[in-house]
Amino acid sequence: MKRYVIKRIVLAIVTVFIISAITFFAMNAIPGGPFNSEKAPSPEVKAVLLERYNLDKPVVQQFGIYVLNVLKGDFGISLKTGRDISGTIMESFAISAKIGGMAVIVALILGLVLGSIAALMRNKLPDRLIVFISTLFTAVPSFVLATLLLLIFSIWLGWVQVWSATDTNYVLPVISLAMYPMAYITRLTKTSMLDALSQDYVRTAKAKGVTPWKVIFKHALRNALIPVITYVGPMTAYILTGSLVVESVFTIGGLGSKFVTSITNRDYPMIMATTIFLATLMVIMNLLSDIIYKVVDPRINFD
Amino acid sequence: MSESLLEVKELCTYFHTDAGEVKAVNGVSFTLEAGKILGIVGESGSGKSVTAYSIMQILADNGRIASGEILYKGQDVAKYNKNQLKGFRGKVCSIIFQDPMTSLNPVFTIGNQLEEAILLHTDKNKEEARERAIEILTLVGVNEPEKRVKQYPHELSGGMRQRVMIAMALVCEPDILIADEPTTALDVTIQAQILELMQELQKKLGMAIILVTHDLGVIADMCDEIIVMYGGRVCERGNAEDIFYHPKHEYTKGLLRSIPSITNAKQKLIPIAGTPINLLSMPKGCAFCSRCDAAMKICLTEIPEEMRLSETHLASCWLNFKAKMEEGGTGK
Repeated sequence: MKRYVIKRIVLAIVTVFIISAITFFAMNAIPGGPFNSEKAPSPEVKAVLLERYNLDKPVVQQFGIYVLNVLKGDFGISLKTGRDISGTIMESFAISAKIGGMAVIVALILGLVLGSIAALMRNKLPDRLIVFISTLFTAVPSFVLATLLLLIFSIWLGWVQVWSATDTNYVLPVISLAMYPMAYITRLTKTSMLDALSQDYVRTAKAKGVTPWKVIFKHALRNALIPVITYVGPMTAYILTGSLVVESVFTIGGLGSKFVTSITNRDYPMIMATTIFLATLMVIMNLLSDIIYKVVDPRINFD
Repeated sequence: MSESLLEVKELCTYFHTDAGEVKAVNGVSFTLEAGKILGIVGESGSGKSVTAYSIMQILADNGRIASGEILYKGQDVAKYNKNQLKGFRGKVCSIIFQDPMTSLNPVFTIGNQLEEAILLHTDKNKEEARERAIEILTLVGVNEPEKRVKQYPHELSGGMRQRVMIAMALVCEPDILIADEPTTALDVTIQAQILELMQELQKKLGMAIILVTHDLGVIADMCDEIIVMYGGRVCERGNAEDIFYHPKHEYTKGLLRSIPSITNAKQKLIPIAGTPINLLSMPKGCAFCSRCDAAMKICLTEIPEEMRLSETHLASCWLNFKAKMEEGGTGK
């Protein structure tokens, strides 16, 4: 187990390095640069700026300098705002992670409960209703859902304030983020729960005299969780880092929107830092879900 | 005769499927006496396992007991409420299944699964339950039981797992043990060990056993009474001598002809012609008539009644009635 984790961490570092390299060179291959906006500075000023940020050097050398700086913990400053990048990322990640974390919890709880209900009441009304809901939310894109929620609950009904930096109401963004993964987890739980319930060990448990509820929640659910974990790990990373769409609709200054604006701005250090951050988070979540796997399913052997 | 422990009367179990009602068990009756071993033999689809599951009330969701009674000490198990059922399953009557590979829950330790049954049916606390688990594992011949309780099913061999299943079934010392093809999924050498173990435990603990199998060899030297099933009905019943030396039903005769003999290895096996009946469309008469060489007109239209041939031996075959009539007896 220990050896496995160490091996995975080493692999993770390699993965993140490769991702950063690809991003760095791809980013430099895009035409345009950080100082090519409408209000372009004079050639002299531009030359000074390029030298100041090492942008006049060959790309390979730039990459070398960047990696060395990152290893020292220095992600540079934003070419657009001039602010320290680590600080900016942490700030916007805090917002995204808060909304995302709530969305993950909502999606997980609702998904598991609805999925189990659907499996247990198969082909009855609750099951059909749940199947309808989960199909609906799998199909509706988040920008449509987010806009509709905003229109109905904020504008027409006026129940919820429109999001602003001073008045933060998490309800609508969390719902818009949570519905798709919830629908997916519901379907996944239903399938794996049905599978688990038809297994011989469930029959054994019944024959032992175990009560129906305990058969479901002890014997079947634990086994049904295994496929769900595979999905939840990467999903959590994805949601925590913020969704551009949802953040745009609600004008939330989270990591998702920062990432996209940094690309349109050619804010090189910002692009790199967000990419590395996202990649690292993804790799960590994957590792975590594999470890949780091992805890839930003792048959999995890492060595 | 000693008092009967379990009495199954005219049991009918049907399964609802998209293709129609599958009549898996059609009027099976038998009595099980305390401390005896009853064998149920038959091919796949003869209803032997469904009979066993009906007693335990662990039929699949689409199955139901359509009619008949399962009387345990005079009370109908099929009419038990939740609490009575909880006290019946695992405590009074236990079952071991065919496939020990899939019958244990892969994500819980052996100890946990054994203790679950103990905690459910006794007042023992966790520590006492663990002690009892180790004790019962020792009894069924599992080596290093202290280590085994902490292991998961996948860490044990097939024979070992079946021993654990037996331990789990016997942990609350039930009156009745149902063994549903307990050796089918095991190696031949392990099969013998498991059967020996079951006999030994039966002597020690004195429970009654219903042994469901398609292996006639297993039945022959273990059972006090044997029931031969075909198409969801009992076609013949008797003790080992009745069944093996004086079979009085064409299906039983066919079964015996299809056993390979060790003394005459060159002899060709005679299979029973045809295929098992389709439970969706049962024939009007005897279930076996379409495969029976000696079938008569009456076999196609009327279900034969059970006829007593001796103190212990009964068979449901029109040929026996015919023979009796020819003898000048008072057959039907």
